[in-house]
Amino acid sequence: MPLASLSNSVPVEVNEEACIADKGCTVCVDVCPLDVLFIDEDKGKAFMKYDECWYCLPCEKDCPTNAITVSIPYLLR
Amino acid sequence: MTDSKDETETMEVDVLVIGGGTAGPMAAVKAKQANPALKVAVLEKANVKRSGAISMGMDGLNNAVIPGHATPEQYVKEITVANDGIVNQKTVMAYAQSSYDMINQLDEWGVKFEKDETGEYNVKKVHHMGTYVLPMPEGHHMKKILYRQLRRHRIQVINRYMATRLFNGPDGRIAGAMLLNSRTAETAVIRAKTIILCTGAAGRLGLPASGYLFGTYENPTNAGDGYSMAYHAGAELSGLECYQINPLIKDYNGPACAYVTGPLGGYTANATGDRFIECDYWSGQMMWEFHRELEGGKGPVFLKLDHLAEETVQEIETILHSNERPSRGRFHDSRSTNYREKMVEMHISEIGFCSGHSASGIWTDEHARTTVPGLYAAGDVGSVPHNYMLGAFVYGALAGEDAAAYCADNELPEIDAAEIARERARVLAPLERESGIPPHQIEYKLRRFVNDYLQPPKVTRKMEIGKERFDEIRADLGRMYAADPHELMRAAELQFILDCADMAAAASLYRTESRWGLYHHRVDHPEIDNENWFVHVQTKKGEDGMPVNFKREIDPYVVELDDEDKVAYQQLRVGSGQATS
Repeated sequence: MPLASLSNSVPVEVNEEACIADKGCTVCVDVCPLDVLFIDEDKGKAFMKYDECWYCLPCEKDCPTNAITVSIPYLLR
Repeated sequence: MTDSKDETETMEVDVLVIGGGTAGPMAAVKAKQANPALKVAVLEKANVKRSGAISMGMDGLNNAVIPGHATPEQYVKEITVANDGIVNQKTVMAYAQSSYDMINQLDEWGVKFEKDETGEYNVKKVHHMGTYVLPMPEGHHMKKILYRQLRRHRIQVINRYMATRLFNGPDGRIAGAMLLNSRTAETAVIRAKTIILCTGAAGRLGLPASGYLFGTYENPTNAGDGYSMAYHAGAELSGLECYQINPLIKDYNGPACAYVTGPLGGYTANATGDRFIECDYWSGQMMWEFHRELEGGKGPVFLKLDHLAEETVQEIETILHSNERPSRGRFHDSRSTNYREKMVEMHISEIGFCSGHSASGIWTDEHARTTVPGLYAAGDVGSVPHNYMLGAFVYGALAGEDAAAYCADNELPEIDAAEIARERARVLAPLERESGIPPHQIEYKLRRFVNDYLQPPKVTRKMEIGKERFDEIRADLGRMYAADPHELMRAAELQFILDCADMAAAASLYRTESRWGLYHHRVDHPEIDNENWFVHVQTKKGEDGMPVNFKREIDPYVVELDDEDKVAYQQLRVGSGQATS
């Protein structure tokens, strides 16, 4: 079957100036229960790759540089 | 683990705990304490630091049985009545008798419970009959405390691997599990003498009213993994027609939460701000009244806090906005809902399986043993009703201790190599296709059908049509396509959800009466029928691979009920005074 993509606005926002993934930090990626956060290897910054968020906040609370802000997903807001 | 996804590595342990949320870490620690020589491993689909239903902590114990406030006998009565008599009391009693010791154990580990000036636990009343609610205002530390214990006891932790199926040995005993890495799609086999399933609720069965797949009441990683794996391993499941349905904040889909606000003066109200239920404790009967009010002329339903004093509201905000579901504050902000000024709109959750809140689980006895030798279940996935977090800890401990003893008497069973190869091929198939239907699309359709056809009030013909739709989705599995290992994890979960949907339909159709208020309200069989249905309804995998159901007698009660107790939960509507179920 042919496939098409569809963009979604996602609830996890990463402040790239504060994010220290380029220094080897992977805290947010490690603690996400849904495993939706990844590191962009080119930029060395964390980002939300899959729109599968439980708005549970470990990524935001455990981030050592407060680089993450989680909103309530748009469909629920 | 292996370097290539083309190979399957094999590991060996004595005790394999699947799921590192609440019951899991406790099971592992207690097995290791019982016999430090055992190899004990915890397998976690996410990361044990932040996983499961309490990934952000919990705001209190809902079922603390503390001397001076409640007795085990009272508690057993309360749960028997709340569950319309369909309980194996021995299992509830085993929980109740260990409840206080477990609270003290957690207290020793550093969990902070609310205490009064004299240092005694400050227990609050929420249930209909007894007093069992113990607040934990700093309960957000729970996962850290459990993690410390895992490290202290040198438990092997395997993060980011999910189990997809269990293996039985030649004589049927449990023998191991197939593992899949959610980031690399590597597979591995763990051989184990015992397996303790602590995989939580089936939280992704129904679709939330928001339509957002992951906006569930339960942590959506809890997709029903354990229910499906136990089923395929030949275990008996119980009470799957007794769904979990909870009263929640609309759209946000988190708890309202009566156990926190109730003791401080908050309550569930209708549109006119009036109470319509006597007791906010979650039960099927309470949900039936909630449903009636929601659908009636005085609906919808609200959480009322706007009559409370400023300092009380602040206390509620501090607890509710920092534990369990801390994002609820920003949800209220985005809708300009201030507890002081506005009642909070509530709704009904999607359906799921969860013994923690209702009674649907893998059948276990009072040692957490399932009907498959060597296989245990604890926490939300087990069958001990209304067990909540503390019950998960208690049954985790019971399972760990019993599994340690089982290991001493049993050798590691062999696993058939052909079965491993078949399972590996099944799991990896969606990744090997070039194109097809992505798992999220199949999941959306499946869960919409679950809502359309299985959600109570239950109608026979609708459930039969639902089964036909599920069969069609099963046929689509041969075309499911995963673009990467992450989607492959979702594809494996989708198959757990489909098994749960089939089991939910079968068990609901089998019990031709109504019971547990809304949880099993059958419009075409509206009455309770104790003559024919005062039994457990069990589910097992049949010869054709589909669920078969049968009755299991209720063991003689260890605590007798008097007539007044029996109707206590039938009179929840304010001013009713009459049985209305």
